[in-house]
Amino acid sequence: MMKGFTVAVADGLGIGRYAGLRIGAWRWIGALALIALAAALPFAVSKYHAFELTMVMIYAIALLGLNILTGYNGQISLGHGGFFAAGAYTAAILMHRYGVPYWATVPPAALICFALGVLFGLPALRFEGPYLALVTLAMAVATPQLLKYFDSWTGGQQGINLVKVQPPPGLSLDHDRWLYFLVFAVLLIAIRVAANIVHGRTGRALVAIRDHPIAAAAMGIPTARYKTMAFGISTLFTGVAGALSAIVIGYVAPESFSLFLSLSFLVGSAVGGIATIGGAIVGGAFIEFVPNLANDISDAAPWAVYGLAMLLLMYVMPRGVVGSLARWLDRQT
Amino acid sequence: MHQLSQQIFSGLAAGAIYASLALALVMIYRSTELVNFAQGEMAMFSTYVAATLVDAGLPFWVAFLVTLLVSFLAGMAIERVVIRPVENAPALAAVVVCIGLLLIFNSLAGWIFTYTVRDFPSPFPDRPVLGALMTTRDLGVIGVTLVMLLMLFAFFRFTATGLAMRAAAQNPDSARLCGIPVGRMLAIGWGLAAAIGATAGIMVAPVLFLDPNMMGGVLLYAFAGALLGGITSPVGAVVGGLIVGVTENVVGTYLIASQLKLTVALALIILVLVLRPNGLFGTAIVRRV
Amino acid sequence: MAPILQLRAVKAYYGQSEVLHGIDIAVEEGGMTVLLGANGAGKTTTLRAICGMVRSEGEILFAGQRLERCATEQIAGLGVAHVPEGRGTFTGLTVEENLRLGAYTRAAGPRTSLPRMYGYFPILAARRRQQAGTLSGGEQQMLAIARALMMAPRLLVLDEPSFGLAPRIVEDIFAIVERIRKEENVSVLLVEQNASLALELADHAYLLETGYVVASGTAKALANEPQIRRSYLGY
Repeated sequence: MMKGFTVAVADGLGIGRYAGLRIGAWRWIGALALIALAAALPFAVSKYHAFELTMVMIYAIALLGLNILTGYNGQISLGHGGFFAAGAYTAAILMHRYGVPYWATVPPAALICFALGVLFGLPALRFEGPYLALVTLAMAVATPQLLKYFDSWTGGQQGINLVKVQPPPGLSLDHDRWLYFLVFAVLLIAIRVAANIVHGRTGRALVAIRDHPIAAAAMGIPTARYKTMAFGISTLFTGVAGALSAIVIGYVAPESFSLFLSLSFLVGSAVGGIATIGGAIVGGAFIEFVPNLANDISDAAPWAVYGLAMLLLMYVMPRGVVGSLARWLDRQT
Repeated sequence: MHQLSQQIFSGLAAGAIYASLALALVMIYRSTELVNFAQGEMAMFSTYVAATLVDAGLPFWVAFLVTLLVSFLAGMAIERVVIRPVENAPALAAVVVCIGLLLIFNSLAGWIFTYTVRDFPSPFPDRPVLGALMTTRDLGVIGVTLVMLLMLFAFFRFTATGLAMRAAAQNPDSARLCGIPVGRMLAIGWGLAAAIGATAGIMVAPVLFLDPNMMGGVLLYAFAGALLGGITSPVGAVVGGLIVGVTENVVGTYLIASQLKLTVALALIILVLVLRPNGLFGTAIVRRV
Repeated sequence: MAPILQLRAVKAYYGQSEVLHGIDIAVEEGGMTVLLGANGAGKTTTLRAICGMVRSEGEILFAGQRLERCATEQIAGLGVAHVPEGRGTFTGLTVEENLRLGAYTRAAGPRTSLPRMYGYFPILAARRRQQAGTLSGGEQQMLAIARALMMAPRLLVLDEPSFGLAPRIVEDIFAIVERIRKEENVSVLLVEQNASLALELADHAYLLETGYVVASGTAKALANEPQIRRSYLGY
């Protein structure tokens, strides 16, 4: 079972394929090596860096969802920040108001965001291209306004402060490193699930719908159902990520969930590579680290540097880092 | 009733601004199939250029014209240098480039001109007219917009370059076979869009006050207006922009929860789009199987 | 007489695949040359290579100028008028606007040429304000040819002008093309699947098969070649 799990993760991350090796055993050895490295990492760096790496993984989970929607189903969403917020506030409200233990808030957040996504996906069926962009953009813009408005639930402008998570007794881990491993475990599960979806029947149907919607329908694929499912699945992942972010950061407030977050997600998924799973991790790293780097380069106009970084990446690797890499490796074989 | 009429009329003035920016978006979409999310920030930057010229002592209309020229040239340059590398790349790459451009302009404006909100002069006095239904400033804004629209219409309808641009947007391959330099036409399109955006920015700055985040909301409403009219229709852009302007104003006046104005306005527009998914004047893209 | 268009060892590529494998073609000045061949033989690709629309290698000489490095619009400006497969009319513009676009490269503008085009194609004069997309297939083909002629070209390149048209209309169109060739002194390079009609009108012919030139000569000689008669002329 462990091997099967690792193989799925390896397939998802494209290990073995990228190394040009098609030998089965190498794939899961490579994946195990990566997992071991990732497990050792938080001990090699400071607590703050461990926190940053945890955020990278949280964004990666969110981007896994967005990649399924955009990369495999061809629908561009400018509004996933809203679903991230939904997951975060669900977790926060459950913890703060109802005293639900932190680890139990993730499944409800997932379910609620899945339902929201399906609800959203149904009318979104009617829209394509720039029209879908507007509808999702509206969601992103509406989110902070709605969060501030329903302040009896959300705490309004001030947000909700959460009790700091205590690591389980017996494990000699501190707060930051415990959360790192918690999120890491969720990430591995997410990759496994995403890989299964993408390489399975659902994935093939989604790609068919993306590339030739008319032919797909003619072949009997229920396009509406799959497109709505794609939306729901993508928001489920993003909602889980949102819930985890509330747990890890310990605080939710409307400003954290502005339009900028949705745009960051879109940029992150493009930079990583939309129809890939490894790209989600690259994208997550981009979102987390590049703004800080930009600040180091120029504190007068850091966002200009961030914008420039986006531009240059798109010129050099228009299919994202992982996407372009995969293409290049394909050409070599 | 009088208040409603007042809201509708002043909504038209705001709508004229949205209509201009929407037209710029449609022009770029028709030629490059790209929504330029940076259009608002480019317009804001142009407005700062105009403000700088006015501060330096230039009379308003001279500063206005110089800014238009500078914006036109800058728009052409941006298409050539920034956009051309991703014109044939996957659509998402182009979207990201526009987002990057948005950030760059916003950040540069904040750096060069600071984030302090400032005044911007209006060439029109602010006096009530038509029995207090509108002000002379509203009329001025609508007037400038109308003149600009008429000039654009004449350009596209009656000049050889305008015709060549329409051809290049519709069918670039055939246009090349006629000897039309399609790349240059695209650049001119971006230049014109930038100039239109500059006009919108200069017209709206006296009302919204000038700061680097001035055009964010305007772009959103313009985008909604362009889609409401049909993203491929210039007439639709104008009509859509006007409708959005009026809707925003009316909603803002009568809605109790004023913080939700943007949300409600967008929700109404999307409701219309659900009924007409290609906008009021847009044509469904008929795809041959 | 020197050929106005000469292709030497021309290869063409779609992406990584080589589609033309080194072909030699010549079009005599003032003459009509036809490219024959089945679907996928490479006829359209050859025309696109001439106009810089596909990646190619080899030599393409037009009136002494090398075309290989030129952009499509430059080649049009040099005097090559290409009527593409499917006509390529601007369906959203009017008939007259389509014609005016043909004159884009002419410094003199469309004033003198328009009446002459309406002379060759009176039906277009009747429909000058109509949207090109509403014209019938035959009328669109006439429009496409007229637009090409508005360029006052030295070489007219026609890609399957008979495609999808009734035989009667095809005869009319070819009659006009022949008349134009004589009166305007234009050289014509024609791609046709309708081999018998094309061989009647043309001076020279080339037969392409999967990217190679497998036969060439005068049109009459090729028309009498038994192999060709069996495969392409049906008797």
